[in-house]
Amino acid sequence: MTAVQPISGSRPRPRGAAIDPLFKAACLAAATALLAALAGILISLTIGGWPALSTFGLGFITTARWDPVAGVFGGLGPIAGTLISSLLALLFSLPIALGVAVFLVEFCPMLLRRPIGVAVELLAGIPSIVYGMWGLFVFAPFFANTIEVPIMGAAPDGSVWQLLTTGVPNGANVLTASIVLAIMILPYMAAVLRELFLTVPPQLRESGYGMGSTSYEVVTKITLPYVRRSAVGAVMLGLGRALGETMAVTFIIGNSHDVPTSLFASGSTIASTIANEFNEATSPMHSAALIALGLVLFLITFVVLAIARALLAVEREI
Amino acid sequence: MASLRRVRRTITDGAFTTFCWLATGVALFALGLILWSLVTQGIGGLNLDVFTRPTEPSGSPGGLLNAIVGSIITCALAMIMAVIVGVLAGTWLAEYGGESLYAKVIRFLNDILLSAPSVLVGLFVYNILVAHVIGHFSAISGSVALALIAVPIITRTTEDVLKLQPTALRESGVALGTPHWTTIRTILWRSAGSGILTGGLLAFARISGETAPLLFTALGNQYFSIGLHQPNLGLTQPISALPLVIFQYALSPYDDWQRLAWTGSLIVAAAVLGTNILARIVTRERRPS
Amino acid sequence: MNAVDTQHSDDVAETYEHYAAEVPANLVKLHAKNVDFFYGKSRALYSVTLPVIANGVTAIIGPSGCGKSTLLRAMNRIYGLYPGQRATGEIILDGENILDKRMDVATLRSRVGMVFQKPTPFPMSIYDNVAFGVRLYEGLSHAEMDRRVEESLRKAALWDEVKDKLRHSGLSLSGGQQQRLCVARGIAVKPEVLLLDEPASALDPQSTAKLEDTIVGLKKDYTIVIVTHNLQQATRVSDNTGFMFLGRLIEFGPTNELFSAPKTERTADYIGGRFG
Repeated sequence: MTAVQPISGSRPRPRGAAIDPLFKAACLAAATALLAALAGILISLTIGGWPALSTFGLGFITTARWDPVAGVFGGLGPIAGTLISSLLALLFSLPIALGVAVFLVEFCPMLLRRPIGVAVELLAGIPSIVYGMWGLFVFAPFFANTIEVPIMGAAPDGSVWQLLTTGVPNGANVLTASIVLAIMILPYMAAVLRELFLTVPPQLRESGYGMGSTSYEVVTKITLPYVRRSAVGAVMLGLGRALGETMAVTFIIGNSHDVPTSLFASGSTIASTIANEFNEATSPMHSAALIALGLVLFLITFVVLAIARALLAVEREI
Repeated sequence: MASLRRVRRTITDGAFTTFCWLATGVALFALGLILWSLVTQGIGGLNLDVFTRPTEPSGSPGGLLNAIVGSIITCALAMIMAVIVGVLAGTWLAEYGGESLYAKVIRFLNDILLSAPSVLVGLFVYNILVAHVIGHFSAISGSVALALIAVPIITRTTEDVLKLQPTALRESGVALGTPHWTTIRTILWRSAGSGILTGGLLAFARISGETAPLLFTALGNQYFSIGLHQPNLGLTQPISALPLVIFQYALSPYDDWQRLAWTGSLIVAAAVLGTNILARIVTRERRPS
Repeated sequence: MNAVDTQHSDDVAETYEHYAAEVPANLVKLHAKNVDFFYGKSRALYSVTLPVIANGVTAIIGPSGCGKSTLLRAMNRIYGLYPGQRATGEIILDGENILDKRMDVATLRSRVGMVFQKPTPFPMSIYDNVAFGVRLYEGLSHAEMDRRVEESLRKAALWDEVKDKLRHSGLSLSGGQQQRLCVARGIAVKPEVLLLDEPASALDPQSTAKLEDTIVGLKKDYTIVIVTHNLQQATRVSDNTGFMFLGRLIEFGPTNELFSAPKTERTADYIGGRFG
């Protein structure tokens, strides 16, 4: 692009003009690095896990026999454990997170609103290993002695109740892991839901109250429908995080590769299995099986996070 | 009839309100309980030794010095890489990519990476760096894994804060004939400075508490391998980190190690909390302007 | 900028009358000839022809959405930042067509400066604000730069107010001062033409008066085009005025003639406050 020579004396090009395309290329490269990273994760997990996937085929995700000695790997246990613990965690924490969010928007005394809101947001940042520590040293023993033993003792033989509560009373089981996981995603969900509720225009809520509605009615008929799509997105985001959580559950889920059949049974999640076994993998097939599990986790979380984002896109212009 | 309905509505409302109060109470109680355990258990082991002695086999008096230093080094290295890539990527999205299809794809992938399981990031870096390029566990691998977790946070905050800059400011730079990158560098980045800093602080807070990505990359090290006289500055040797030591010590059967695990947890939590609070202060300073 | 409503413009086309006074070619510094402008598919300017006299002030007036800012922004091609916006036709500056693809826009913008509606001081010291553009094009010594900064601030009628705080941030000034800082910044690179897009609309009356004095003082060295909503301002500062409506130039002529004896009915209506 040659510049037309001005008649009124020549003007130099501004200093630094030559660097412009270089800078733009550098920025583009950085942006592409994100694409490369995600693609890289997918590709390396697929390649690494291929030996296991090709050997066991579909059986990898449908059978539960995990036997490193015999070289047989079926990942159903960790997969089921991941889904069960995450869904239970969501089940426990969602109502409470909703309650906290509604409380902060509707009922909380004005003076406390800011401090509690800030406290909730800060708590969302506590690293997961802290939850793991607490779960292992405080919650598990407490649960074993105060809840597990009495309940197991009181369950009549042969009842559904007993079926649901068989297990070793050491506090390391699917239920306790789910509870710790629930507490962990609780502040995050509460903070996100509260922010969503705050996007409801005050006039909307005020007109509800002005007509004589109760708080319950305003929340269920005005606030929630207004943010419905984003709220579901926020919940799925919480689910996505729960699925991938490692430290909060590894300490307390019991580390058994069987599919958990009762609430008090030990289990494992994909993340905890990988964390526990990868460095001590006994054979290349063992490593491959763990990486294949990682691939399964990646695909599940990818789908969940993609749906969450699509739903949340209502407020954030893409 | 009408009064029956009113009674029903009042009861529902009362139950609902009570539920919300209770929920908040339960939530604050549970979280308070955890913090309480953390502080009481962790403070007990907090003494000068923790900060001055390296990790030792159980039974001998030891501390967490190499773990703390290791954490600082891996996080600092990770932040350097993450800030460079993240700020440039965020700048691309805000200033060059705009609403193009490629930009939308990158934004989407960025958000996925933001919430992706960190254990998988660790596996990926293991496959690339540890298994192939370097050949064994190393500090630099750990830093790369942490950087991958930090980049999406910085990219997102940088893009958001650049987009908030007034169009007129950008146009004023261009109207003088300023090359685009000079406008970005000297005007827009400076104007958005505190926002970008906040993003960096939030990213740092996040990675300083991460354990899983380090399990397969940095591994942990009883000694200090970092040094200016070491080959590659010692960065290709395994390095210790607080979360790794906590993980190892917590699962051990030794009392003194378990105590150190609590103390380590307290230090990590304090660092994360402190950085988050700092980020809030920086944001608040920005608001009046 | 509002897109031109095509239905409406057909209506205008039927009653379209226009008048443009002649300007001797040797006095013209910048000449827009048959300029069309498009925001995507919608058209904002219809064959606009406007001469801008050298060393004088040309005002462009008209109701919101008439295209006056669009025309101004074509003169330094700043619309080029936004894909989907394009201009056709010619804008001749000293014999060359600005709108030509081969024109180097960075150099163009060093010759045609712009001051915006909202004051936009850069996040740096007052001194660095003024020196910013100069540093891009010239390698001045310390002393020379000091002189250039002082000269520009004097011309912008800001020197006395800031001479003791040149190192303070540009953001610490009042609104009116910030706008004059932007003027100083614009003239520091010694452009030939200065484009002002409603420069006083965000300012209080005293600052506006100061700015208007500055503009009148600048015209002996610069060619100035000013877009304004304020009719009295146009009469106070400009030599020629162009009235635009729905993307067309309706009337153009010496300011005092246009305001005292407008040649077209629509111009008379606008000036008389009957719409706008």
